[in-house]
Amino acid sequence: MLDNSEGYVTEDGRKIGGVVMEMKNITLRFGGVVAIKDISFDIREGEIRAIIGPNGAGKSSMLNVISGFYVPQEGEVWFHGSKRPQMRPFEVAQQGIARTFQNIALFEGMSVLDNVMTGRLSFMKTNMLQQALWKGKAEAEETENREAVEKVIDFLEIQHIRKTPVSRLPYGLKKRVELARALAAEPKLLLLDEPMAGMNVEEKEDMSRFILDVNDEFGTTIALIEHDMGVVMDLSDRVVVMDYGKKIGDGTPDEVRNNQEVIDAYLGVSHD
Amino acid sequence: MGRRKRLAQTQSGAEGMQSLPALLHRNVTQFGDAPAYREKEFGIWQCWTWAEAAREIRAIALGFLELGIAKGDHIAVIGRNRPAHYWSMVAAQMVGAVPVPLYQDAVAEEMTYVMEHCGAKYVVCGDQEQVDKVIEIQEKVHQIEHILYTDKRGMRKYDHSQMNALEDIMAEGSAGHARFDAELDKRISAITYDDTCVMLYTSGTTGKPKGVVLSNRNVIESAKNSAEFDHLTRNEDILSYLPMAWVGDFIFSIGQAYWCGFCVNCPESADTMMTDLREIGPTYFFAPPRVFETQLTNVMIRMEDASKLKQRMFHHFMAHAKKVGGLLLDGKPVGLGDKLKYALGNLLVYGPLKDTLGYGRFRVGYTAGEAIGPEIFDFYRSLGINLKQLYGQTEATVFITVQPDGEVRADTVGVPAPDVELKIDDKGEIHYRSPGVFVEYYNNPASTASTKDSEGWVATGDAGFIEESSGHLRIIDRAKDVGKMADGSMFAPKYVENKLKFYPDILEVVLFGNGKDHCVAFINIDLTAVGNWAERNNVAYASYQELTANPQVLETIRDHVEEVNKSVAADEMLSGCQVHRFVVLHKELDADDGEMTRTRKVRRGFVEDKFHDIITALYDGSERVSTTTEVTYEDGRKGSISATLEIVDVPVVAVVQHKVAAE
Repeated sequence: MLDNSEGYVTEDGRKIGGVVMEMKNITLRFGGVVAIKDISFDIREGEIRAIIGPNGAGKSSMLNVISGFYVPQEGEVWFHGSKRPQMRPFEVAQQGIARTFQNIALFEGMSVLDNVMTGRLSFMKTNMLQQALWKGKAEAEETENREAVEKVIDFLEIQHIRKTPVSRLPYGLKKRVELARALAAEPKLLLLDEPMAGMNVEEKEDMSRFILDVNDEFGTTIALIEHDMGVVMDLSDRVVVMDYGKKIGDGTPDEVRNNQEVIDAYLGVSHD
Repeated sequence: MGRRKRLAQTQSGAEGMQSLPALLHRNVTQFGDAPAYREKEFGIWQCWTWAEAAREIRAIALGFLELGIAKGDHIAVIGRNRPAHYWSMVAAQMVGAVPVPLYQDAVAEEMTYVMEHCGAKYVVCGDQEQVDKVIEIQEKVHQIEHILYTDKRGMRKYDHSQMNALEDIMAEGSAGHARFDAELDKRISAITYDDTCVMLYTSGTTGKPKGVVLSNRNVIESAKNSAEFDHLTRNEDILSYLPMAWVGDFIFSIGQAYWCGFCVNCPESADTMMTDLREIGPTYFFAPPRVFETQLTNVMIRMEDASKLKQRMFHHFMAHAKKVGGLLLDGKPVGLGDKLKYALGNLLVYGPLKDTLGYGRFRVGYTAGEAIGPEIFDFYRSLGINLKQLYGQTEATVFITVQPDGEVRADTVGVPAPDVELKIDDKGEIHYRSPGVFVEYYNNPASTASTKDSEGWVATGDAGFIEESSGHLRIIDRAKDVGKMADGSMFAPKYVENKLKFYPDILEVVLFGNGKDHCVAFINIDLTAVGNWAERNNVAYASYQELTANPQVLETIRDHVEEVNKSVAADEMLSGCQVHRFVVLHKELDADDGEMTRTRKVRRGFVEDKFHDIITALYDGSERVSTTTEVTYEDGRKGSISATLEIVDVPVVAVVQHKVAAE
């Protein structure tokens, strides 16, 4: 069943590898409400994969299925060639999946540095007592992880707010700090839930550049949900379009743009 | 003692040093283990000793040879202050090429002219953003043979046939050093004292930028004279954060740094400058007035948020500092009681404040580029910070006049720097002659001839006079900006503008009135200060533009202008320059829109043309004016903003007419 074909080459010459994650006939229900109806698609190694759709299309639910937070009633999630069992959040993180949230979920009272440090949690081996005593291994471990965090801070250009409490930051920067925390986990698959929602044009441009750079620099596979069509079309290699829980399109930005069903969904044709 | 003696020997031994590579060699030989460069990266200050820096620079030079860079080629350097960029400039000199640092925040269109003019075949870029600009420029100029970049981020996808990371060509150069060593040494030893050291483009308040050619003689003599003047040693620490394309940065971060052998510290990013300043605590510091103004504004804002006790303490001791701080710094006699109180103030207020600002180790520093408000200047001096003024130009390799220790005043720019001759012509324009006088404007003999005469005297374009009592130079204004009002009295805009800019709420002012019967002004509010005020007073605003139109803001600014009018009225010569009407502009004047130079000087003529509709309204008595203004975004795209500006009338102090007085 699993498509093991060699992948493809993008317009700008990046090589996309084989399938990393495959969603097979996913159906997700909340009581009587069907949030996702029989959706299948795959995510390939190294690609930027977007999920778009009008409000209430089921995009965030889909992302939560990918991240393992929701367990679909029907269908299977295949990850790296094997069927994924139900997992607890830390197990997801250990598998190399990290995410950002639509509504920012940072520790508001902590500094940017400390927030990003939390992304390194799965790399910490010492226990709480050792860390509290700050002896031997704990100290070396923190130095090591701090170095990794500093590289992320440098990468996302947030040096100037390193010591600033998150609560004092403007929205656009908080979004960047969230991305930093996700990156600190060195994910293989990065899930971004509306990374550009509520941003102005300049902030969107910055964020787009960072997303492209992350993909380019670390080869991270990225799955993102986004409302801004312009951004999605520019950023992504392939796009899944959802409407009312169903998949209505899947392909390159150009293919999707010319898909009549997609056009209808966005222009608002009546649903009988 | 020992150290001072050794230094004296060092400096006498350095005579005959005819190039920066030669100075570098001397520094490595004499104190190779001393820190030469620091840069904060990954949250830590990374350090290179002179010996290590020399190895890096040599590797770059070898890489340049491998690329086939020939003698006399121009190498443009575009990036923020980083050791690698400074090294690239010295490496360029080693291979006999001419480094041309450019303003990194200039948009591609602006940079194209300069690139084409200097014909640079090689470009060292800081990052992807600069590379993108250079690629855009290349489409028009077709002269660039190779692009180098220091930051590899985002560069993987680019076509690398004519592009490389700087570190890669360093590695290649080092690997092939056997082939290039002899050639490199030959080129280094071939450098003469009169070879070009660097080419710097003047920002140009009018017309196209001009490429000022400075020789090794210009740079080394200026560095030597100024270092001796201020007793700079190799133990200084400086923070290099000013644009690399600006002559000041070249002299401080390369000229004086190599001459004295002191350490150049590069901030982590432009946004962390204030934090880095505090961490380094430079002993020798240089900043345009804008930096000091911003810091003072921040201090005042933070004091307003401080507890009542702290506020009272601050104001009490600052009043005392104002009285005696400056005198103490100048070594003038002060009563014992005042001295003790100042010492107490230092313990409680001045010391901690200086430390917070990053001036805890400040030994000597300058402000230049623009006139600084006397109140701002006195604030820093009263804290015991030895801030001085100098007057300089790119064409003079910075130094024309400097204030000696103990003779520092807010209203003069000091005495002629060592080896500088000064004269004022009959029209009041300042001329100078010195070892720092530039060689020529590159490929522009006409401009060279009109600026520098056959005897080497250079016209500054500034009007001023030498104060007889002290021998200090006083600048009135740009010669071409000084004009006459309709009634024949003097119009000197800067004088009034500086008075207004002292108010933290006011960021920038442009005064008009040449040839008219009264003066009007454009005012930019300071978003930090006014925004803070708005926050504390629950004034809601969504944008800068909205804040500028707030009636309470206009009221406050009107009060400031009224106060300034009173003080201007007191000056007999300039009483005609009182501001009758003003508008608070809906946008900040910006270099991207051409309204300012990259060194943040207002381009008066340009502003006058661009906003002529507003000026007309200011003079024709209208109560408000609607206008649409084109703006350029950071990436070069253009847009426009519309606004209706309220025109504010200000009471003026009636002045007795000179003519009436004469009768």
